[in-house]
Amino acid sequence: MINVREESARWLFIAAAAASVIAVVLICVFLFAGGVPGMLKIGIRDFLSGTRWRPGSSIYGILPMILGSLYVTAGALIIGAPAGLLTAVYLSRFASPRTERIFRPFISLLAGIPSVVYGFWGLTAIVLLIRRYFGGSGSSLLAASILLGIMILPTIVSVSEAALNAVPESYYEGALALGATHERAVFSVVLRAARSGVTAAIILGIGRAVGEAMAVMMVAGNRAVIPTSLFRGVRTLTSNIVIEMGYAADLHREALIATGVVLFVFVLIINLLFCLFKRKAHA
Amino acid sequence: MMKHFKSLLARSTVYLASAFTAVMLLIIVASILFKGIPYLTPSLFAWKYDSVNVSLTPALINTLSMTLLSLLAAVPAGIGAAIYLTEYARRGSLFVKVVQITAETLAGIPSIVFGLFGMLFFVTFCHMGISLLAGALTLAMMILPLIMRTAEEALRSVPDSYREASFGLGAGHLRTVFCVVLPAAVPGILAGVILGVGRIVGETAALIYTAGTVAEAAFSLSDSARTLAVHMYVLSSEGLYMHQTYATAVVLLIIVAGINSLSYWAARRLSNGKV
Repeated sequence: MINVREESARWLFIAAAAASVIAVVLICVFLFAGGVPGMLKIGIRDFLSGTRWRPGSSIYGILPMILGSLYVTAGALIIGAPAGLLTAVYLSRFASPRTERIFRPFISLLAGIPSVVYGFWGLTAIVLLIRRYFGGSGSSLLAASILLGIMILPTIVSVSEAALNAVPESYYEGALALGATHERAVFSVVLRAARSGVTAAIILGIGRAVGEAMAVMMVAGNRAVIPTSLFRGVRTLTSNIVIEMGYAADLHREALIATGVVLFVFVLIINLLFCLFKRKAHA
Repeated sequence: MMKHFKSLLARSTVYLASAFTAVMLLIIVASILFKGIPYLTPSLFAWKYDSVNVSLTPALINTLSMTLLSLLAAVPAGIGAAIYLTEYARRGSLFVKVVQITAETLAGIPSIVFGLFGMLFFVTFCHMGISLLAGALTLAMMILPLIMRTAEEALRSVPDSYREASFGLGAGHLRTVFCVVLPAAVPGILAGVILGVGRIVGETAALIYTAGTVAEAAFSLSDSARTLAVHMYVLSSEGLYMHQTYATAVVLLIIVAGINSLSYWAARRLSNGKV
């Protein structure tokens, strides 16, 4: 009797563990089945490298959106990565325990703020400032980059801080014993030893930036053309889906799902890179 | 001299960057509180939403039911999976590796892709329609890896001596798991679940095309229902009620901050328990 109970519980746990496998398989199957036929109808080359997106006249090229996602992510990294990394260095090697105790919950609050709230703040602060000082509508590549840069800060801070804290104390002490200053020991020895983990943190930040939809959409201006200036509107892969899914039908709808497929593949590649660097950091 | 100058430069860059992070956070939180709190009027919490008074109560109720439903699906699956991985599976077996890799993949998928999948699978393929249930199941998939990972960590941090003592007293495997290991890991699991609640409360992209934007409290699983975050997004894109949007943002912020400190407290209890 007990054996039956033990055995059935074991299978129940196995089923629970299989849930995430099933989820990933389902997502792959349904996304690809929904998007790939449309992609083939449009022509994979026309779809991926077409520079015009005109659903009204059945022209579906997502190059502007691919570049849009790329530019916005690059901009976010330029702003978020150095600030995040240096903040992590501060928390890990410069801050007093007391400052750290106050700072850390703040970082996790920053991570917890919903993206709509970020987006709305960006709309009423960053976009307004850009409009006032640089003209134009303000909803632009620049606004999206700044906002995303702030949004990926907590990810980069917490993951790279963990990497920095994992460096053995003897490395730091060894550097000091060789006559290095505190700063030199931190930057030339500890930071170098933690570089795989830090790279993983930045890749994770890239993943968040590429996948963010709502906040970007609210401040980016969403023009489906290849951006030519920092102050022009830009549309990302994510916002393309959110904006048009509500009213799309037939091939248009399939093209949007195909946009999701492209995004999904990007994210899978980023995840793979993240895992590689994380493994290396733990090795 | 040169050496000191470099050190000084490095030190000041570090301080500057941390100050930037701190100031950004303070500006965001302060400006939202400052502009939103004056408009936290009782009418904002009126029982019904209409186009004159954009009350957030229905959205708040929907957020609550959405959270409960998602947790109902994700928590048992997540904890069950964690129990399998820590208490039953042989470490390094193929199945364990596959589960861990897929969980990591799932954790990295953007919410809009979950939304797209939820629309294709739950809404269309399963004929649920745009509904509370479709939204909740989509979110459950989204938070599953988070709950799984935190539960796994919590279970792993339970000392093996607990298990050995339990087995030594003649308890079976199942009894050991439920009466000894699981209770010891509760604070850690709780911290993860609370973080999951935070993600549910803040989610928009995954819900727009699965749970929809109807601004009434849903009383059945098949009703469309907007949560508070979706409500705020709709208000902001309509652009007619800026003050009320700020006030809604304040409510969201307060909820998120509350959830964060709860999770922090639970995690602290875990580490205290270990000492």
